Amino acid sequence: MSGRRFVVGRASDLGVGEKMAVEVNGRSIALFNVDGRYYGLLNSCPHRGADLCQGRFLPLVTSTMPGKYTYDAERPLLACPWHGWEFDVTTGQSYFDPAGTRGRPYKVEVEKGALVAEELRRGSLDLTPEQYARATAASGQGRVPGPYTAETVAVSVEDDYLVVDLRPPRPTGKRAERQNTA
Amino acid sequence: MTTAPLAPTARPPAWTGPVIDVDVHANVPSAETLFPYLARQWVDWCTERNWKAPQGPTVHYPPNSPRACRPEWRPADGRVPSSDVDLLRRHVLDPWDVDHAIVNCYYGVDSIRQPDWHNAMASAVNDWLVEHWLEKDSRLRASLVLPARDPQSMVDEIRRVGSHPGFVQVLLPVRTDALWGRRMFFPVFAAMAEHDLVAGLHYGGTNDGVPSTTGYPSYFIEEYAAEWQAFGSQITSMVAEGLFQAVPDLRVAVLEGGFLWLPAWGWRMNKDWKGLRREVPWLNEPPSTSCAGTSASPPPRPRPARRARSKGRSAGYAPRTR
Repeated sequence: MSGRRFVVGRASDLGVGEKMAVEVNGRSIALFNVDGRYYGLLNSCPHRGADLCQGRFLPLVTSTMPGKYTYDAERPLLACPWHGWEFDVTTGQSYFDPAGTRGRPYKVEVEKGALVAEELRRGSLDLTPEQYARATAASGQGRVPGPYTAETVAVSVEDDYLVVDLRPPRPTGKRAERQNTA
Repeated sequence: MTTAPLAPTARPPAWTGPVIDVDVHANVPSAETLFPYLARQWVDWCTERNWKAPQGPTVHYPPNSPRACRPEWRPADGRVPSSDVDLLRRHVLDPWDVDHAIVNCYYGVDSIRQPDWHNAMASAVNDWLVEHWLEKDSRLRASLVLPARDPQSMVDEIRRVGSHPGFVQVLLPVRTDALWGRRMFFPVFAAMAEHDLVAGLHYGGTNDGVPSTTGYPSYFIEEYAAEWQAFGSQITSMVAEGLFQAVPDLRVAVLEGGFLWLPAWGWRMNKDWKGLRREVPWLNEPPSTSCAGTSASPPPRPRPARRARSKGRSAGYAPRTR
């Protein structure tokens, strides 16, 4: 596989508020649709490695005084299924220690089928192992044609596709400062 | 043996800075001592019952046990140790050249269940402390004794005498009917903060309260060695219930409670808070920070600089909360 970008499925497979785990290049990545925007996190809690994808979305609850609550369903946090640590899936940051404890975020883009097909043809985009297997089976006789064309993997030019980018995100915030000063 | 460190030793060779003894005990020598401060009704109440003293302290400090008092501090004439200011001067204040000492009178008023008698006895102890201790020696400060069974009565007593300049703290028995962090006590702590009084959690408390989390022990040693459980429960309650968000100026001291349990407690609280903080969202920081010991504003009264050895158990930890 040449690139670090992988097409993982149709955008319509992941409805608003839904999550799913995909296997991409040997690692499990949890995908989330938050109000029509797509986010990815390494499917492993930074605490003890639980599948974050099995966590629940819970409304953000904050308070400045005992008995006074702000319960904000518009800003849900993902709670790890094991110990309940809460994460903002849009950034990977934990609630209790945003700077120090965070999941590994991945960029998830939505691309038009026509573009996906073109990128696959050029080799700038790869398939998930699952799609690779399906593509291989579809090609018949176990012979693998390459590059993998839009037709053989059934990329429909009318559909939108989710593309996970495995490249490290650009350093931001404190980490960037540390790197700059290092 | 035990007399050696104290009797002939002058304080300056050991320490040249100021000394504030944060926990010296004053003992009410007899019920009759308080009669001048009680309405006739409550004097009669005591005498009709041949009532001599609340039960609590005799359980916590067995009167003739070597644990309860140093032998040289027991008057030869049989009087109750540390029951008047002259005894305290001779035993602690003068030999140790104490700048200030905070008098804690653990009389065990909370052993009394009749609510009005209970209130009257607390007020009587406070009035006795003012007249026979605070007004007798300018080095002394004192902890207010409160009727701990009833929050409203506690507030009333703070308002009645809490502004006396000699009272710097409130004596809160660590064993209580209800955990101190419960919301019904918020007004009590607010009144303490208003009057600039420290909440002093002190060993002891109503002796019908179970001293462990799972029932009564068989021996004094169990109760004595495991009392920190009660302190841990109270601090957990006060932190988790958001008392320090509700009353941010509140200061809490732990007296005769030790402190070695605190780091382990803090670690555990912080660990669990990471996953359970939704339940107590007012805790915006790891719970142990409530006991971190720094304060944004300087305290209005001198803080204990160092604690000299005082009667009874070692006291020690006095965290400032914020």
